[in-house]
Amino acid sequence: MRDVVIVGAGVIGGAIARELSKYKLDVTIVEKCSDVAMGATRANSAIVHAGFDAKEGSLKAKMNVRGSKMMKKFAEELGVKYKRNGSLVVGFSEEDRATLLDLKKRGEINGVEGLRVIDREEILKLEPSIGEKVTVALHAPTGAIICPYELCMACVGNAMDNGVELKLNFDVKKIEKHDGYYTVYSDNDSVSAKYVINCAGVYSDEIAKMVADDSFTVFPRRGEYMLLDKECGKLVSHTIFRCPSKMGKGILVSPTVDGNLLLGPTAENIEDKEDKSTTAKGLANVRMQASEQVSGINFGKIITSFTGLRSVGSTGDFIINENDGFINCAGIESPGLSSAPAIAEYVRELLVSAGAVLENKESFVAKRRPMHYFKECSDEEKNAIIKENPAYAHIICRCEMVSEGEIVEAIHTNPGARDVDAVKRRTRSGMGRCQGGFCSPYVVEILARELGVAYTDITKFGGESYINIGKTKEV
Amino acid sequence: MSTKALKEIKCELVVVGGGPAGMAAAVAAYEEGLRDILILERDDNLGGILRQCIHNGFGLHRFGEELTGPEYAYRYEKMVREYGIPFMTDTMVTSISEDRVVTAQNSKEGIFKIHAGAVVLAMGCRERPKGALNIAGHRPAGIYTAGTAQKFVNMKGYMPGKEVVILGSGDIGLIMARRMTLEGAKVKAVCELMPYSGGLARNIEQCLNDFGIPLMLSHTVVEIHGNDRLTGVTIGKVDEMRRPIPESFEYIPCDTLLLSCGLIPENELTKDAGISLDRITNGAVVDGERETEIPGVFACGNVLHVHDLVDYVSEEASIAGKAAVRFIRGEGAKNVNIPILADGQIRYTVPQKITEITPTRVYFRVADVYRDRKVTVTCGDEVLYQKKKQKLAPGEMETVELSADMIANAEKIGKALEFKLV
Repeated sequence: MRDVVIVGAGVIGGAIARELSKYKLDVTIVEKCSDVAMGATRANSAIVHAGFDAKEGSLKAKMNVRGSKMMKKFAEELGVKYKRNGSLVVGFSEEDRATLLDLKKRGEINGVEGLRVIDREEILKLEPSIGEKVTVALHAPTGAIICPYELCMACVGNAMDNGVELKLNFDVKKIEKHDGYYTVYSDNDSVSAKYVINCAGVYSDEIAKMVADDSFTVFPRRGEYMLLDKECGKLVSHTIFRCPSKMGKGILVSPTVDGNLLLGPTAENIEDKEDKSTTAKGLANVRMQASEQVSGINFGKIITSFTGLRSVGSTGDFIINENDGFINCAGIESPGLSSAPAIAEYVRELLVSAGAVLENKESFVAKRRPMHYFKECSDEEKNAIIKENPAYAHIICRCEMVSEGEIVEAIHTNPGARDVDAVKRRTRSGMGRCQGGFCSPYVVEILARELGVAYTDITKFGGESYINIGKTKEV
Repeated sequence: MSTKALKEIKCELVVVGGGPAGMAAAVAAYEEGLRDILILERDDNLGGILRQCIHNGFGLHRFGEELTGPEYAYRYEKMVREYGIPFMTDTMVTSISEDRVVTAQNSKEGIFKIHAGAVVLAMGCRERPKGALNIAGHRPAGIYTAGTAQKFVNMKGYMPGKEVVILGSGDIGLIMARRMTLEGAKVKAVCELMPYSGGLARNIEQCLNDFGIPLMLSHTVVEIHGNDRLTGVTIGKVDEMRRPIPESFEYIPCDTLLLSCGLIPENELTKDAGISLDRITNGAVVDGERETEIPGVFACGNVLHVHDLVDYVSEEASIAGKAAVRFIRGEGAKNVNIPILADGQIRYTVPQKITEITPTRVYFRVADVYRDRKVTVTCGDEVLYQKKKQKLAPGEMETVELSADMIANAEKIGKALEFKLV
């Protein structure tokens, strides 16, 4: 019998697991995919919002502002790259100026510091490449960028280092309520625990229905993105949002912490919770809007495009509540990433009010070694590491300069990589300009060797996503 | 952590890359009498991409016989070994500075620096990935560049899939259409966005026509289907503006999509060194000696511009290798500076300028398919060279031999050499 089972290893489930790992609790995370961070966490805008967007008084607003303030230290402890680059919401008309002034007012009520509405002249000083038709902007110095899946992996990894159990490929099919505890079933496994925390993203309404809670629904909203080569990463330094208008919220143009340039997302409500396809129309829309916000984007340098599905709740706000030891964390759309550390604290309090006894764990280690510590070393420091383990000098991914040592480490560090995309998210191997063209045959080889499985067992991202179908002459 | 200063060594000629270009440059330098040479190769053996090109058709110009890729590479590897030219494999060069300090790393030496008298850049090229093509749809497993598939099949012995569609008709795509067929896969179509193929005519004949594989010109892949593994692609015809025509869309079930949509010279090190690139070739701007704008840094092979025949790579590398030796010995004789201009129908030339009055072979590629044109070189009002061509295509590299007299003449006129089709 466990104390807590968390359904879903996204950034919310991960942050909660990490928070609970500070206490003497037996916690298990169950995740339906072959890796953590596979839902909305994997594909979003990678932004820590300042907090002027959410309606005053809403849970979104509270969690956002609190989370945004916590994020720097949170990321530092977990060794995750975080950069307070500030954001600009840009407008093109007097009507937009009025909207921006409203946003500023809302932000101030929410408790966001340093907001200013500035004119083109000042915008140009901050961002020389700003779009030609931009006349006005809301400047939020507390806006920041972070890598969302890295944050999630670090949360889960740190939680595991502190005793939390992770079960991957555990697709919850049924939940039984017993007297004082629940049992969560997949097709071939089960976990019983006193408390269940539902962090299942777009599927959180279906998980809630398993305990007869149909108080809300969640639907997926498609957001399409394009990622540009690092050559373009310095085009802007701030995150450039578009002033919301009748046409919708608009897209952003932002540097990423890894130095690429990110454009997107579109916003389109869809039905299929698995439909992560991009569309020609959506990508064209991203291109069009991005060119209005920022001049000189080199679209020839697109290295990939992708879709993220935000889980939009039926209430318009985050749905975080507790009933009989079952806690929902649903409808965590934007600003969910920004809110993650605050939501984790909030859920901890819900657990306490539900009767859980939290006793500090003396052995808790808050710090995690940065995932990219090797890259940050000086050449001399690297040589010391290479002397101990020569595999750190053997480069596998040429574009991102990732060594065999780093890949092996990603396979054996919590939460360990099991497939090619999981290695990519941990090491950046295959994430560069050739997109795995050179390194993927070697990554497959290293995975097979380290996991002790056949070359043909290795997948791109779990399930049936096999890289090779068999040996030559045998298929 | 105890840290020691990096090991630093000196070497007269450092060759970055041990593929056909790097080996040929080193061999040429050795044959000029230079002995202090070091080839740095990132893979575990010399040979570069030729190692996985197990088909034949290499070496007709260079050796007068038809060899496979590994055989061609081995001819040069043998010379390197017999001459005793030092080389390091599994060694990655991570930076080159303006004053020719090369930083590299391998498991044995760790990270180390080499102060080079001259450097030859021979890093080759990479394939354009799917992301750059921006095809809509899902992102399942089963999509590879043709070269990656070639590595899986020829080097690792594994089959990426059984039912294949190929996008792009570059040479590697054509070669892989045949290779996958020979391994028992069904290649359903090769789609080419342009109204002509970018591959060699002989490859279209021998790799597609001989196996009844349809080449669909002015076609592209508009959507990718499948959640885990690829289940199919939607292809469509494109109009003159290369926009897909919805009425022509057709679904083809397949488990594998191979991409052969162009090669990009691997010039990250070149750019880091501060050498500017030609916008068309994506390689360094060089003179007839293949010297870049940094004195003593030369470039050759596919890192300079993408070749269709390795024989020309060897030839070009030999020029660079010899020139590097002259540079090291202070024998360079740059006495002119004549730019070469391409008119647009001719997309680019290599070299892009001439700095010495000596016979010079200029390589070029055309922008489209042209029939019955005259390749013409002018300087001011004077026509220096003219030759009739029945057919010119972007997939076939062409050459013009400029004599020392022509160059001396151009120098007298004092204007650029203009390459055009009339």
